[in-house]
Amino acid sequence: MNPYLSPIERVWFYTLRILCALVLLFLVLPVLVIVPLSFNSGTFLVYPLQGFSLRWYQDFFTSAEWVRALTNSMIVAPVATLLAMVFGTLAAIGLTRGEFRGKALVMSLVISPMVVPVVIVGVASYLFFAPLGLGNSYLSLILVHAVLGVPFVIITVSATLQGFNYNLVRAAASLGAPPLTAFFRVTLPLIAPGVISGALFAFATSFDEVVVTLFLAGPEQATLPRQMFSGIRENLSPTIAAAATLLIAFSVVLLLVLEWLRGRSEKLRTAAPQ
Amino acid sequence: MAELNATTAANDVLVSFRGVQKSYDGETLIVKDLNLDIRKGEFLTLLGPSGSGKTTSLMMLAGFETPTHGEILLAGRSINNVPPHKRDIGMVFQNYALFPHMTVAENLAFPLSVRGFAKPDVAERVKRALSMVQLEAFAGRYPAQLSGGQQQRVALARALVFEPQLVLMDEPLGALDKQLREHMQMEIKHIHERLGVTVVYVTHDQGEALTMSDRVAVFHQGEIQQIAPPRELYESPRNTFVAHFIGENNRLSGHLLSRDGERCLVNLPRGERVEALAVNVGQPGEPVSLSIRPERVRLNGASESCPNRFSGRVAEFIYLGDHVRIRLEVCGQTDFFVKQPIAELDPALTVGDVVPLGWHVEHVRALDPLAVE
Ligand SMILES: Nc1ncnc2c1ncn2[C@@H]1O[C@H](COP(=O)(O)OP(=O)(O)OP(=O)(O)O)[C@@H](O)[C@H]1O
Ligand SMILES: [Mg+2]
Repeated sequence: MNPYLSPIERVWFYTLRILCALVLLFLVLPVLVIVPLSFNSGTFLVYPLQGFSLRWYQDFFTSAEWVRALTNSMIVAPVATLLAMVFGTLAAIGLTRGEFRGKALVMSLVISPMVVPVVIVGVASYLFFAPLGLGNSYLSLILVHAVLGVPFVIITVSATLQGFNYNLVRAAASLGAPPLTAFFRVTLPLIAPGVISGALFAFATSFDEVVVTLFLAGPEQATLPRQMFSGIRENLSPTIAAAATLLIAFSVVLLLVLEWLRGRSEKLRTAAPQ
Repeated sequence: MAELNATTAANDVLVSFRGVQKSYDGETLIVKDLNLDIRKGEFLTLLGPSGSGKTTSLMMLAGFETPTHGEILLAGRSINNVPPHKRDIGMVFQNYALFPHMTVAENLAFPLSVRGFAKPDVAERVKRALSMVQLEAFAGRYPAQLSGGQQQRVALARALVFEPQLVLMDEPLGALDKQLREHMQMEIKHIHERLGVTVVYVTHDQGEALTMSDRVAVFHQGEIQQIAPPRELYESPRNTFVAHFIGENNRLSGHLLSRDGERCLVNLPRGERVEALAVNVGQPGEPVSLSIRPERVRLNGASESCPNRFSGRVAEFIYLGDHVRIRLEVCGQTDFFVKQPIAELDPALTVGDVVPLGWHVEHVRALDPLAVE
């Protein structure tokens, strides 16, 4: 600490730090509360803990419903993310590079799934897909999850494209690269940080999405959050806590890996000559 | 025989612009009716003030802009509908446009690998290109780890490594300091001579244009004012714009009195008469602009043999080491400059002196009056 502070400043120095710690605690406490419960040996989802046990994890991995939910999540989220990544990146490039009438309108349309209440998206997509016989299907679920993820990709990729030197693409063309080659070998590696961040958001969106899933998924397509949701209503077993802990652990690992990837390509990008 | 000459001449031309026009907004023409033949192996510079359409012309040649009108031929074929990546034209961008995520060697390998060259062949050519620009030791570095001059060399090597028939450079030395720029000018010039590649070079630095080029095309407001070898451009400018854009010139305004073949007589406002070369003049009575290089004006005794003799009052000396610029008042003009080598300077000359001065007819050119600067 700076030795020249007045007493009041000293008090403020500590108060500020305590306040920050409290805010952080407030943010993570709800998440952390669930973790010890998943290792509890008691059959009720309450404190105080009765003893250490992995029985709820065993329960999770042996229950057909939970395993199916896990599998569903592992199918829906990655595929939806992939779609959101591809379409979001293409849309971002078109909306950044292109000059056409109604650009602002198109932009707000593709961003809208992020702004419109999810319930409305859920109802609307149910009303759209049900008559097509796609009410309870992976296809509709994946498509709508992708739609929800696209805005995140568009926003992060557009931000990255702001600083992108378009002369690099021209240089690639002058060196003989057809447009697709130029995209994959020059543009994409340089906007990768934006694509990866966007994909991360899209994945998180799909991975913990409940509302649309309630409308579009039958028992066959139930994802983890959906399964937890019904678990809470039907039988409040600590297996939910185990599922939640697994979700948290997975998200943290994913975040760390993507952050590392993003940081790596960011370094390349900012190493651009002035 | 004449026909044979015509065909060899046509074979010598690598690029021709035929009546090319360009407008971005559909109203103002940025390039107006460009007609230009670029010869195989020549170093042609497009020189002109900012906004004169140099980059636009180059971009049309590279394929990044399409002409609104007219046609561009490369080796006799129209390339209006050929996309940039199929033109086989190397290009050096002003800010180099090196790929920041690739090492120097990978940057150089890029044009070769997209052409499907075999790996050992690529390595061999990359090595040769690196040694051409003396950067063998830097193959593994990223562009951000190089100095401006080194990046410039990598950009140059990358534009040449796939052996294009034509290389375009848009102010490639603009970002370098003066010393490095002069060094790179020589380096580019030598590479051009060694490889015999055709170069189209854009700059607004006239010194650069004069030292490097075989021919210079002077652009102004979307038109070529004159295209000629550097010496001809400097010594025989065809109009007032070129005379004043290239090097320094004294300008005297007057009216045409009479014309006699190559020569003419011009009346200055205060009644003096000047005999000049009639380069670009209209009818007697019309305004003309006289153009005289400061180094062509003779002072004192040296002016005795000149047909155009006047007197000037010395207003200022500007010492420049190897020569002195003297500002005089001549024929009512207060900023008339004379350039004197130190060895020829009369040490007795001081400010306020009135001295005789003069110039030969072949050194004063009667040109079009320039309305505005
Ligand atoms: N993409 C564009 N859209 C609209 N106008 C443009 C565009 N590019 C250039 N212009 C205009 O065309 C004119 C000529 O531009 P150009 O870049 O060819 O000039 P230049 O001779 O290269 O100048 P400089 O020496 O400054 O580079 C300028 O007035 C410029 O504003
Ligand atoms: Mg330019």
